[in-house]
Amino acid sequence: MNEWEVFRQERRGQPFEHAGSVVAPDAEFAEAWAREQYGRRGESVALWLVPRDAIHVVDRWADEFDLKYRRVDGYSIKARLAEARQNAERLKEARGQRAETARPR
Amino acid sequence: MDNEQKLLDLADDELIVGWRDSEWTGIAPMLEEDVAFSSIAQNEIGHARAVYELLTDDADALAFDRAPEEYRCAPLVQLHLLDWAHAIARRWLYEVADEIRISALKATLPLAAKIDREEVYHRLHAAMWHERLRDTEPFKDAVALLWPYALGMLPGAQRDELCARVGLEPVEAIERGTHVPEFTALWDEMTMVRRSAPAGAQW
Amino acid sequence: MRSEQDFLEYVQGGGQVEAGDWMPDEYRQRVLKFVEMHANSELMGVLPEREWILRAPTLQRKLALTAKVQDEVGHAQLIYRVAEDLGKPREAMFADLISGKAKFHNVFHYPTRSWGDVGVIAWLVDAAAIISQKALLKCSYAPYARIMKKICWEESFHILHGRDVVLAMVTGTPEQFELVQEALDRWWGPLMQFHGNPIPAEDDPMVHWRIKSQANEDARQQFLDGYVPQIRELGLTVPDPKLRKRDDGVWEYTEPDWDELMHVVTGHGPKTEERLAFRARFLAQEQWVRDAVLAA
Repeated sequence: MNEWEVFRQERRGQPFEHAGSVVAPDAEFAEAWAREQYGRRGESVALWLVPRDAIHVVDRWADEFDLKYRRVDGYSIKARLAEARQNAERLKEARGQRAETARPR
Repeated sequence: MDNEQKLLDLADDELIVGWRDSEWTGIAPMLEEDVAFSSIAQNEIGHARAVYELLTDDADALAFDRAPEEYRCAPLVQLHLLDWAHAIARRWLYEVADEIRISALKATLPLAAKIDREEVYHRLHAAMWHERLRDTEPFKDAVALLWPYALGMLPGAQRDELCARVGLEPVEAIERGTHVPEFTALWDEMTMVRRSAPAGAQW
Repeated sequence: MRSEQDFLEYVQGGGQVEAGDWMPDEYRQRVLKFVEMHANSELMGVLPEREWILRAPTLQRKLALTAKVQDEVGHAQLIYRVAEDLGKPREAMFADLISGKAKFHNVFHYPTRSWGDVGVIAWLVDAAAIISQKALLKCSYAPYARIMKKICWEESFHILHGRDVVLAMVTGTPEQFELVQEALDRWWGPLMQFHGNPIPAEDDPMVHWRIKSQANEDARQQFLDGYVPQIRELGLTVPDPKLRKRDDGVWEYTEPDWDELMHVVTGHGPKTEERLAFRARFLAQEQWVRDAVLAA
């Protein structure tokens, strides 16, 4: 079967999103048909038409070793941040007292 | 030819071919084509309306409230062609002829340029189908049948150009100004709801 | 994930299923049947309205109605594509539709009699449909859920158009008002049957698999809540003397004729045979075109 996948861009600058497919014998028919199915109301500024066969699907991943550094959940900074803030407060107080003692008489 | 008459020829052609083409909504050979074909029909009606609005304040009245014999549409668009070979052959012949006519009008009518820009897609569509079906018997037969009608769409001076573009020899044309028998049924159906209420009723 | 139990937990937890995923046979069959009936309904729904395109009394109405029917054909295309990607060829679905093996929604088995029907159908039938369609945005079968967005967006134009047609007529001549009332009188029964008999969500396998997320009765109540006030404010009468909204917000109404619904959707509606024959005629007539164009 001759499926052509249709990706549409709603406004300039936006990503092209998959919108559906048309069954057409060639690019010319696919264009004529996709234009109306996905653009007759001016809802798309551009279309990409791709024969389904040209699409290479990737949907399996290996994640055997749980490499947390690659993900947001691999960082829990809350406790360390609390400690660093306390340190900063203490440093600030210490600097303030030295400034007091260093003041000229 | 009187300018107003030329405009009415154009508008009536667009109205009636749009009306005929809208009949394919829901029954075209494939769903994808059905959607595309319906857009073409709507565009034609839109063009008719735009031209009527050059001639009157009440486009609906001009479009629908005349007696059948007052319509100036060419016999080509009046024919009831509810099989695809004939419908698409007419589409193709109509678009080639219409391009000639619109080009000639562009010099004096700004609206023609606007119509032309939309017709680009109609021509691509018609050419696409012509390319696919040109060697099939149903399409060839349909073109042969419709050719005299297509010639009659254009004034004499433009017919040589049409012959050249479609690659056919001239034959005796079926002239504008006559109405084919099925036009009465078309007019009847087109106006039946409108005629059911007094003139000026709102819809 | 290869067990039906895992799959069930997955979809009940909000999981989305794609065309290439493993799915239990029952799930696949149910989705396909549901989607196929929806596609058939969009395609058959074209026929009652089509003739009025030709009779539209103004250029604006002609354009709007043509565009509306065009949308229905477009929806059919979107939905048949989903079914095709589940493995059933379009030609097979058309054959099953023509033979009566596959069904389409009740409302499309009934005749239209006047321009009043045009307004009532576009406004109220499409309103009933959009309620179901909005619920389907959450369908567990993702390809189907995704096309619902476009479908719902386009249906919203239909309702506007339908309501505008109705408004023009109810503020027009007394005869025009009567056309609308008369159409409403005929369409009310099918409209009340449209969302199906009130099977509770817990007992509905379609909800079980998260194909549907809304119980039939909820959809009907939503329809009544939204549209009865709008109908009445125009001075129109809903032809059900028992129709009323209780203090607890629930609408009471005359029990729809579920026998009629079953009778109609199994192919015995007033216009079923004629419309299927019309479809069959054009499918047969234009087979050569598909052969010429779609063959390699």
